Amino acid sequence: MSKMRYSRRTILKGGAAAAAATALPAPMIWAQEIKDITLRQFGTGVSNLNDVAQKVKEDLGFTLEMTALDSDSVTQRAATQPDSFDIADIEYWICKKVWPTGNLQAMDVSKIANYDKIVGIFKDGKLTPDSEIAQGTAPHTVGFIPEPGATTFADEQTNWMTLIPTIYNADTLGIRPDLIGRPINTWAELLNPEFKGKASILDISSIGIMDMAMVCEAMGEITYGDKGNMTREEIDATFAIFTEAKRAGQFRAFWKTFDESVNLMASGEVVIQSMWSPAITAVKSRGIPCVYQPLKEGYRSWGGGIGLSSSLSGMELDAAYEYINWYLSGWVGGYLMRQGYYSAVPETSKDYMSENEWGYWFEGKEATDVITSPTGDTLAQAGEVRDGGSFEERMGSVACWNAVMDENQYMVRKWNEFIAA
Amino acid sequence: MTDLTGDTPPPETTAAPKRAGHGLGANLLGWLQAAPLTVILAGFLVAPIIMIVIVSFWGATEFSIYPAFQFDNYEFLFGSPVTYRVFLATFKYALITWALTLSIGFTVAYFLAFHVRSQTMQIALFLLCTIPFWTSNIIRMISWIPFLGRNGIANQTLQDWGLIDAPLEWLLYSDFSVILAFVHLYTLFMVVPIFNTMMRIDKSLLEAARDNGASGLQTLRHVILPLTKPGIMIGTIFVVTLVMGDFITVRFMSGSQKANVGRLISNDIALLQYPSAAATAVVLLATVLIIIAVLLRFVNIRKEL
Repeated sequence: MSKMRYSRRTILKGGAAAAAATALPAPMIWAQEIKDITLRQFGTGVSNLNDVAQKVKEDLGFTLEMTALDSDSVTQRAATQPDSFDIADIEYWICKKVWPTGNLQAMDVSKIANYDKIVGIFKDGKLTPDSEIAQGTAPHTVGFIPEPGATTFADEQTNWMTLIPTIYNADTLGIRPDLIGRPINTWAELLNPEFKGKASILDISSIGIMDMAMVCEAMGEITYGDKGNMTREEIDATFAIFTEAKRAGQFRAFWKTFDESVNLMASGEVVIQSMWSPAITAVKSRGIPCVYQPLKEGYRSWGGGIGLSSSLSGMELDAAYEYINWYLSGWVGGYLMRQGYYSAVPETSKDYMSENEWGYWFEGKEATDVITSPTGDTLAQAGEVRDGGSFEERMGSVACWNAVMDENQYMVRKWNEFIAA
Repeated sequence: MTDLTGDTPPPETTAAPKRAGHGLGANLLGWLQAAPLTVILAGFLVAPIIMIVIVSFWGATEFSIYPAFQFDNYEFLFGSPVTYRVFLATFKYALITWALTLSIGFTVAYFLAFHVRSQTMQIALFLLCTIPFWTSNIIRMISWIPFLGRNGIANQTLQDWGLIDAPLEWLLYSDFSVILAFVHLYTLFMVVPIFNTMMRIDKSLLEAARDNGASGLQTLRHVILPLTKPGIMIGTIFVVTLVMGDFITVRFMSGSQKANVGRLISNDIALLQYPSAAATAVVLLATVLIIIAVLLRFVNIRKEL
């Protein structure tokens, strides 16, 4: 138990009271000290939600300051400004890049109450015992370190976790079915000349390159050894195909932020593009048809987690552990799952979702009633089914994880050339 | 012309011994008076630039930079065909934007200075020009996007009028939209200095030109234009440096499809490649300084200020 729980009062009240105290909601016990604590969290927009900060204040009593940035800025900040944050909400591939800087500290797994319930993907890499591990930076490969202070990753589960998984999802292409008017079932369609001037891809090199690889592989142009760790030749071949398409006017624009992708899709500038799940939700909530199209080659998946700054200690560190345990206890999971993400501990989120919501979002069942987003917008009518189906179907057909490769610097330079081409 | 007025040595020589008489005291006072500005410039202008130059020789890994003295960054920069293409694109943006802002800016300033008679009206109209600048740069730029889009107001109107059958794709996310935004954003930087110099032209000169039988066009070419040169030059420096250093306008208005030097730098920074970004910045800085030096050969601005 965290030492904050043994405040002066609880000690005075004696052992019995202390035992009772641990069973009671934490804020009642350490309300006095905790009120003054502020934890600064930063991360990508997907999970840096003000609603979460408000709920933290209500449930745990301390203040959580949220800063939302794009993936590149997040990496930059985590790598270069360790004192500017207490909690980093980053993706696993960012972790691979940032961990060697020593700006984050490992977490003691024994302090994580729901550790045993965390989905296997983040522990041994397997969703079910017989599932295959996808290419790329799979979360479990950078999820553990052998001992505190180590800058290399462990091959198996240890007591020291780099990131506590929070949310993850399987990404695919978003399409406007009303403007396309025919079924789409392969990544190769992104470069189909039929959509000349109406396609888009995201301008974040480490993620964009994966989407490109999915497309090139689907077209049968390139066979990759590992899409998450390409050779220079593979990188060159991939960019050659996309540069040619760009010069031919295939792309309307590239997007870098969430809202850019929403606007491109909603305005009809683009009919097929790489997209993130909540962006689809945002387009749909404007009453515009938009589908997160499952494709036969599988999904490009990503996972995020919370990491602790190496400068955290004492009360703040304990508060951070409280926060992590709270994060996995279900409320946030339910909130995020109702937006189309998955929680690292789905079973705790179930209590915070209606049976209809759980069935629609997680089990891939037909909605029995209207499905609304956490903010109240209607996302689906009764009878509709989630694009891609159930959790097992979607997370079970992941083709690769977002990654950072050994030839990253080379890839980045080629990416710059691609943008300028 | 400048040299004649500037080379009047007599007062200088007589003043020198006097100053010496006051000795160190006056000298010290002078140094002290200059000190605050020197400190500020040294701290916030010179030092950062020196730092950038130093870092441009450093090396970088995935997530860190390390001190070194190597030419790798410059080698890569000058060895890549992309660099030349991007610099060329930057010059293209600067040149076209300059030509358009100059012609619009000159016309507006000319109208304000010579056609509007009452000074109140002049000031009122001038303030009117600045109204768009009460909103943020980004807002003014982004508001073009829904207007120019495939289903935007411009395309719909043109289609309603029957002028076009299919939406014009090149209106948005193209060089056209980038330059349009530049012109919109920066024309005022041309209007202000040109208007300012025009207002200071002695009206009797125009009367003299007319009395000597010059036509309106001749007056414009031989009297007004030469006298407005300093204003044009100041406006030019503003516009050229702003366009050369911009990255956000190009990114938004081209939908990330086009690149200029600023975007090259910002991409590098985003990917933690600070030394490479610094090297590009140094080259860009040198380029802009050369351009300004060349411009200043044409007109002596200080004479006019």
